[in-house]
Formats: sequence, structure tokens, C-alpha cells
Amino acid sequence: MTKQHANWSPYDNNGGTCVAIAGSDYCVIAADTRMSTGYSILSRDYSKIHKLADKAVLSSSGFQADVKALQKVLKSRHLIYQHQHNKQMSCPAMAQLLSNTLYFKRFFPYYAFNVLGGLDAEGKGCVFTYDAVGSYEKVGYSAQGSGSTLIMPFLDNQLKSPSPLLLPAQDSITPLSEAEAVDLVKTVFASATERDIYTGDKLEIMILKADGIKTELIDLRKD
Amino acid sequence: MTFTIPIDNGDAVKNAEADSQRTLYPYVTGTSIVAIKYKDGVLMASDMGGSYGSTLRYKNIERIKAIGKHSLLGASGEISDFQEILRYLDELILNDNMWDDGNSLGPKEVHNYLTRVMYNRRNKFNPLWNTLVLGGVKKGKSYLGMVSMIGVSFEDNHVATGFGNHLARPILRDEWHADLSFEDGVKLLEKCMRVLLYRDRSAINKFQIAKITEEGVTISQPYSLTTFWEFQAFHNPTAGAQGSW
Repeated sequence: MTKQHANWSPYDNNGGTCVAIAGSDYCVIAADTRMSTGYSILSRDYSKIHKLADKAVLSSSGFQADVKALQKVLKSRHLIYQHQHNKQMSCPAMAQLLSNTLYFKRFFPYYAFNVLGGLDAEGKGCVFTYDAVGSYEKVGYSAQGSGSTLIMPFLDNQLKSPSPLLLPAQDSITPLSEAEAVDLVKTVFASATERDIYTGDKLEIMILKADGIKTELIDLRKD
Repeated sequence: MTFTIPIDNGDAVKNAEADSQRTLYPYVTGTSIVAIKYKDGVLMASDMGGSYGSTLRYKNIERIKAIGKHSLLGASGEISDFQEILRYLDELILNDNMWDDGNSLGPKEVHNYLTRVMYNRRNKFNPLWNTLVLGGVKKGKSYLGMVSMIGVSFEDNHVATGFGNHLARPILRDEWHADLSFEDGVKLLEKCMRVLLYRDRSAINKFQIAKITEEGVTISQPYSLTTFWEFQAFHNPTAGAQGSW
């Protein structure tokens, strides 16, 4: 008898797009609120943005059950860190933890496409972008998820940072003001919603600054 | 998409035995569950059928059960796995009661527990083949959520599994609003169940509607919906087709 193959997949893509942009003293993290499966919409009101620490906010799209499990792991590791070090994790520290956590399941991956945004030790915005198995890079801006191919080229056009290969190393942070960056985010999501069926319903924007976090919720096309 | 189960092939005999323990496909299945939040709590509806492939084998299966004091669980998919889940929850609620500290697990906690159970079984490549609907009220706050067999979960004002997701959800998106009265809520659910009865071949005309409020759980006696089959277009359907029989 030939080996039986499972007729179910342990993975599913619940869709959605995440974007983050780093500024001189702020970080904008945004994601749509649609959760889908196949050609159906499960929820029009599902948040993909999760605050991990005061200065580190994670936005993930992909397989939602894996995203939730990943969040739980990071949250509990952060709690242990706080107990052991008597302080919150910094964004670069959380970035490394996320990478290690993802690679830990290299041979049965978390199907999660992550963008980590926050403020570094000097209060400047930082954005880290990941693939599903933990390879990551500090960048000035990033888009992940179903609409990323539509958004990333436009962000490259508007925000192109100096090459990371240059010496001396140059900052990847955008010179845009916070209001301009938020406006740019709204524009890219409106465009992605037009052409990506998995992006739409509402846009959740989180703006991280030294004094706290502000959240905005904007309507997107529902079709 | 086929997915080969990655296991160490060192011990073929032992693995073959372990493999035969894993779920490959469901046998006796229940069809859709539809549920909505309303003014006083949550309303949930299901039919009472258990299909064995294309045979309607069982016609008296209760697919909605009360869990503890604050929750209702509805399940579609494999019935034996639903019964297994009820056993897990029985133990959970029992242990919760044994603390005897005046606290009891609310619907949000039970939903989280179920999500973890479903996800962990998926991780071991031996899923519980169900889509679960968890509704309840605790301290005046209504809660309604869903978990799939691979652990995808979310909460919303209205949920539906299986065919209900395709046929009932659009009706609910159009006609659901906050603070529905009990009568309006039941009418809305019956509208959804009637559509499912017409269009889902595994649905049967024997329903239960369950209600959960701060006061407690009520699951109705089984009843049927009226249907209409006299549309003119369906009288003499072959009238226009030449040479058909």
C-alpha cells in the first residue's frame, strides 16, 4: 500500500497587508483589517497589529493561527525578559528575538510575514522586515503580505534610502514629517485595496513616538 | 494541495502504526452552524443531521451544547471529534469548578482554550476535524467567536461555518444590526437556515435554536421550517426542452 497523503493542508493564507515607515522621531505601523480564507471574507474587523513592548510593535500577515502563536511566544519571552532585566526590551533586541523564534521552526515554519516597527535607543524610528524563516534586515520602510508587491515599488519610488552597501553607513530613516508619512500610508493602502482582493475593509494605523502610541482607523473599499 | 507528513523513516513498522492513528478524512459530519449576537446575548442555530458521506445517517444529533454557565459551543465537521472536544471541555469546566473560588471560565477563555487545542492538534498533524462556534455572555458582555480545524480563530458579531459562510454571512452582513430583539434575531437566523435548507444538500429540515443570556442557556426543542416549492418556473421544468425526458 502506497503511503497515504493527507488531504488537508496545515497552512492557510488569511491575507492582508502590513506596512511600516521609520521617521526621525516616530514610527508608523499600518495594516488592513480584513481576514480571508480562499475567496471568502471571515472578518472585516481583525487587527494585525500587536504591541509587544513599549517601543516595539509587530505587524504580521499570513496564516493567522501561526501569527497568534508567534505573538504568544514573543509576549511570554518578553515577560521573562522584564522579570530578569527589570526593563522593557528595546526594538533591536525584540528584532533579534523574533528572528531566532522564526528560525527555531525552520523545518515547520510559522507562515507569518512580519514587519517590526519601533523606536531605537536614541528615539529614532526603526523598521525591521522579515521572511517566514527569520532572515531580517533593518530598513527605513517595508511592506509585507498580499499587497506588498503592489506597495513596495511605490515606497521605493517615494522613500528610496541610500544603499546599505555604502561606507560610511548612512541612515535609512525617511526625512518625511509624521503627517506626510501617514498620508503616504493612506495613499498606498487605497491603491493596494483597488487591485488586491485580500486587502480592504479598514486601515489601522499606529504611530509610535517617545511619548506614547496613537491609533487611527480609516475606511477602505469593502469589495 | 497534498502535504507529506515529515517523519523519521527509521522505524517503518512503528511509524506505520502511528500513521494509522492520524485523521485522514472525516466520516460522520455535521453541516453549518450560524450564530449572531443580539440584545441580551447570543443566538445560535444548527440542524440535527449527521451525514455519512452522501447518506443522511443520523437525524437527531445535537450539535449545540452548553459549556459551563456562560458559553454555548456549536460544531460542524466530524461528530466524533466534537464528542472528544466535549470531553476535554468537561474536564476543563470540572477543574475550574473544583477551585471553588467564585470564578468561572467565560466564553473568551473557553474560546482561547479551544483555539490552543485545535492548533496543537494541527501541529501534530492529527487535527480535530471541526469548525467550532463559541458564543456566550459574561458580566453583561456578549462574546461570539469561531475556530477552524487548523486553529484559525476570530470573533465577530455574526459567524457561520461551512456553507453558512457562503450563504448565510451575506444575509447577516446586510441585515444584522446591534441590539436585535429576540424575535428579530430568531427571524434572521431562520431566514439563514431556510436558505441553507434549500441550497445545502447535507442540510435537513430539523433545527434547534439555542439562546444564551446572562441568566443562562436555553436550547429549543427540535422544529421544522416551512418551505415553498411551488414557484411557477419549477412547474413542468422540461416544457421548453426538446427531446428531453
